[in-house]
Amino acid sequence: MPLNLKELSKKPELLSPGHRACAGCGSVVAIRQALMAVDGPVVLAFATGCMEVSTTIYPYTSWRVPYIHNAFENAGATISGVETAYRALKKRGKIKGDIKFIAFGGDGGTYDIGLQSLSGALERGHNFLYICYNNEAYMNTGIQRSSATPFCAATTTSPSGTVIPGKTQFPKDLTAIVAAHNIPYLAQASPHNWRDYIGKVKKALDIEGPKFINVLSSCFRGWRTQPVTSIDIVKTAVETCFWPLYEVENGEWKLNYMPKEKLPVAEWIKVQGRFKHLLKEENKPLLQEFQDWVDKQWDILLQKTGDTVHKVVV
Amino acid sequence: MGEKAPGWKEIPIGGVIVHPGNSFEYNTGDWRSERPVLDKEKCINCLQCWIFCPDGAVLVEDEKMAGYDYEHCKGCGICAHVCPVNAIEMIPEDDISGVSIDEFGIKEPPPEI
Repeated sequence: MPLNLKELSKKPELLSPGHRACAGCGSVVAIRQALMAVDGPVVLAFATGCMEVSTTIYPYTSWRVPYIHNAFENAGATISGVETAYRALKKRGKIKGDIKFIAFGGDGGTYDIGLQSLSGALERGHNFLYICYNNEAYMNTGIQRSSATPFCAATTTSPSGTVIPGKTQFPKDLTAIVAAHNIPYLAQASPHNWRDYIGKVKKALDIEGPKFINVLSSCFRGWRTQPVTSIDIVKTAVETCFWPLYEVENGEWKLNYMPKEKLPVAEWIKVQGRFKHLLKEENKPLLQEFQDWVDKQWDILLQKTGDTVHKVVV
Repeated sequence: MGEKAPGWKEIPIGGVIVHPGNSFEYNTGDWRSERPVLDKEKCINCLQCWIFCPDGAVLVEDEKMAGYDYEHCKGCGICAHVCPVNAIEMIPEDDISGVSIDEFGIKEPPPEI
């Protein structure tokens, strides 16, 4: 059945309103959309992060499905244990029916602190889906840099000033690191393209084995943007090829969206306060360095997917 | 809030929360400084507002945009921004002209799954 909003709107909402995420939070949109792909029983495990603290403030919970609270580093390990227990009980005939398992983590809980437990779970081959909602810093604790934070982004632990121009390193390519685990399915997505994203979650849930989806979700507090633009801004990230949409199925790389015209990354940068200093005349070389990095990453990706290279239109 | 907090005898063992999704009882609508108001004449029921709402505060009935859950809408304005036909307007909360009580009625929690 093709995905359409009218059909999706008939499904029960698994995340109850009344959660305490910021007004205009991009991450909740990513979580809500992911849950729209779920049919039937599901068990969720959340690593510490924005979505975990804002949905479970005692004595309330926003979850209408079984949910396990985790520390930063062990969402992958917890979901492995739950999935193994389920398999053991099923084998003994104590559980009937199919249950899906999804672990969620932010970029802090996935790129940094939870990487070892995620890697272990992927290698052991548990039947689960891991979704990383990447808002590019530790937003929940006050906007500290993570290994997903882009080059030159100002955060509270990499402030831009006379000494450094924000974060001095480029973000690591977690999706490619996960691809190196040779799992059956992984993808990169963005909530602005809900059809692509929900479709990927649906597809992943139907595949046996470990799956991974990395979804860019904006944080207007940390990115220093306006709440109303939370969806626009991730769209621009995709149009500038900073965040390409692709999937890897059984080792086969496929590009899901080719921008008609590859926009310069400055289009994405100029609307975010965390990159304000990059627009200054003296920081032009840094902006060029950022653009060169995006172009290089894009070229590497296109080589893997077998598409033709797009040159940047300035 | 404001009532006497339950004592230890009333709290479930381990402090577990026994009602899934009970954050529905917590009204985030009072965070709002601007509220979205729908112009039903202009609305084409594309449901873009619904899919991009962080709070599930856009109500959909029979595949149609049916207004807002103002008890939970935080007034972020994403819905008005993504609306392709500009059918949603953000109005300051202190402007109460044209407000009907029906629109702000208390919503029933969704049935248990």
